[in-house]
Amino acid sequence: MADEQKPEGSQAPLPAKGEAAGQPPKPPTPAAKPAPPKPAAPKAPAVMAATPWDGELARSVKEQFGDGVKETSTYVGQNFIVTMPDAAIPVLEYLKAEAEFDYLVDVTAVDWPKRAERFDLVYIVYSFSRNERVRIKTQIPDGCKPQSAVGVHLTANWLEREVFDMFGIEFAGHPDLRRILMPDEWQGHPLRKDYPILQQDQRWVQENLGIESGQ
Amino acid sequence: MPESTFLDSTELVLNMGPQHPSTHGVLRVILKLDGEKVLGTDCVIGYLHRGVEKIAENRTWAQFNPYTDRMDYVAAISNGLGYCLAVEKLLNVEIPARAQAVRVVLTELNRLASHLLWLGTHALDIGAITPVFYCLREREEALKIFENYCGARLTTHAFRIGGLQYETYDGFEREVRAFCKMFLPKLDEYEDLLTNNRIWIGRLQNVGVLSADECKEYGVTGPMLRAAGVKWDLRKAQPYSGYEKYDFEIPTRQNGDTYDRYIVRMQEMRQATRIIEQAVESLPEGPIIRGIGLLRGERRRPAALPGPGAPALFRELAGIGPHGERRADSGRGGGDRNTGYCARRG
Repeated sequence: MADEQKPEGSQAPLPAKGEAAGQPPKPPTPAAKPAPPKPAAPKAPAVMAATPWDGELARSVKEQFGDGVKETSTYVGQNFIVTMPDAAIPVLEYLKAEAEFDYLVDVTAVDWPKRAERFDLVYIVYSFSRNERVRIKTQIPDGCKPQSAVGVHLTANWLEREVFDMFGIEFAGHPDLRRILMPDEWQGHPLRKDYPILQQDQRWVQENLGIESGQ
Repeated sequence: MPESTFLDSTELVLNMGPQHPSTHGVLRVILKLDGEKVLGTDCVIGYLHRGVEKIAENRTWAQFNPYTDRMDYVAAISNGLGYCLAVEKLLNVEIPARAQAVRVVLTELNRLASHLLWLGTHALDIGAITPVFYCLREREEALKIFENYCGARLTTHAFRIGGLQYETYDGFEREVRAFCKMFLPKLDEYEDLLTNNRIWIGRLQNVGVLSADECKEYGVTGPMLRAAGVKWDLRKAQPYSGYEKYDFEIPTRQNGDTYDRYIVRMQEMRQATRIIEQAVESLPEGPIIRGIGLLRGERRRPAALPGPGAPALFRELAGIGPHGERRADSGRGGGDRNTGYCARRG
């Protein structure tokens, strides 16, 4: 099909992008390397800074938990509370009982492999009556067993199983801590940053699927 | 739990599923049964787990966008909208009004297409064969609009971070209006077949009851929560993409059973049609995308286009001449002009 064979790298360099036949006016980005930021596009560092959140709710949580709460901040309109590991569940309980945060949207984690407290554990709660969403974050080291939130929100059951499956964080007091997405016998926790994208549990693949994974 | 198998001779452990991915619901349920009574269940849900979060870690922001289509093939546009809105929120950018309106039209059409697949297969499961033909017939009309708009029916990749890649095609508004006009009487037709049907009611009423409190406790939202009497819709509670501009109701019911969820979804389709009609009537003029510059991990490198060595067909589609030159009359192709991204790993 190819009329002429040329080595792959010899693609003709294109003129500035954006003159491709489309209506959408391309941002006028010259070919220069450092993409000049668009007039209104905020620069990354300026955006990334969270500002202190000093709402009524933030104050009452701080008052209630004192040193348990490290920080209350907001970031593009999203409020979050950073707590000590022990205080995360009591804060969830408090928000549910006192401020009607009755819907646990998600429990997830973030892996920071170089940090001493390796994981951020993040709880997102929503209040239907207040129409407000709050994140509760806490930093825990690898091997730490944070308290399960199942006693506060039943939804936490599967969400924490997912965090366990993907990050290897075990929750103390969880009624049924098993893997939820990966097979039960799988080795490794895929969403840890030191788990490469091509990695597989070769033994599991061979034993259960009868194939070589080819990776 | 499976361990307790046969402890009591009246108990039976039965494996339901896993369903094939192309059927509705990829779920295996290990049932503990006493006759027809379900005593316990253990759900196994990992069959469609594809590790999209891990893939996302290895892609740029724009590169990940098409993956969102594949998370749920009946809701590709809605998934894409959620992803684009999230990235735009992180960037703190507002997108052009025209892009917002077109997004609403396509997303609500996607809601109809998705609900139609649900309705057809739901009726099929109950044993009524006719509705699935009707529903898929109308669904096809919505898919045609997607196809005309962006070239794909299911994995649409319709939106870009910052707006839209494609301007609407000639006749888009006309076709969407015609769809709405055609669709409302069809909804009546479905309801004639089902809503007061004795078998339908018998199979749906008082089945799968979830109260409002249970919904919240188990993290259930959407039509299921509304069928339990909670008048809550994110499009009203925290409007995005200009939903505050459109006039529509939040349908609710009180019983929280399967029948009420059916009614809520049927009414939602009427409301979605209303939204589409309003949005397409007031489609603003103007740009459809705002430039957002390069995001982390992206390099401006024109390798996304087929070079001179590429097969003739690809060159034709991308508007590239036999020697790699751009042709002035080239069509739509030409990589992603939003970001100019290309595969980072070659």
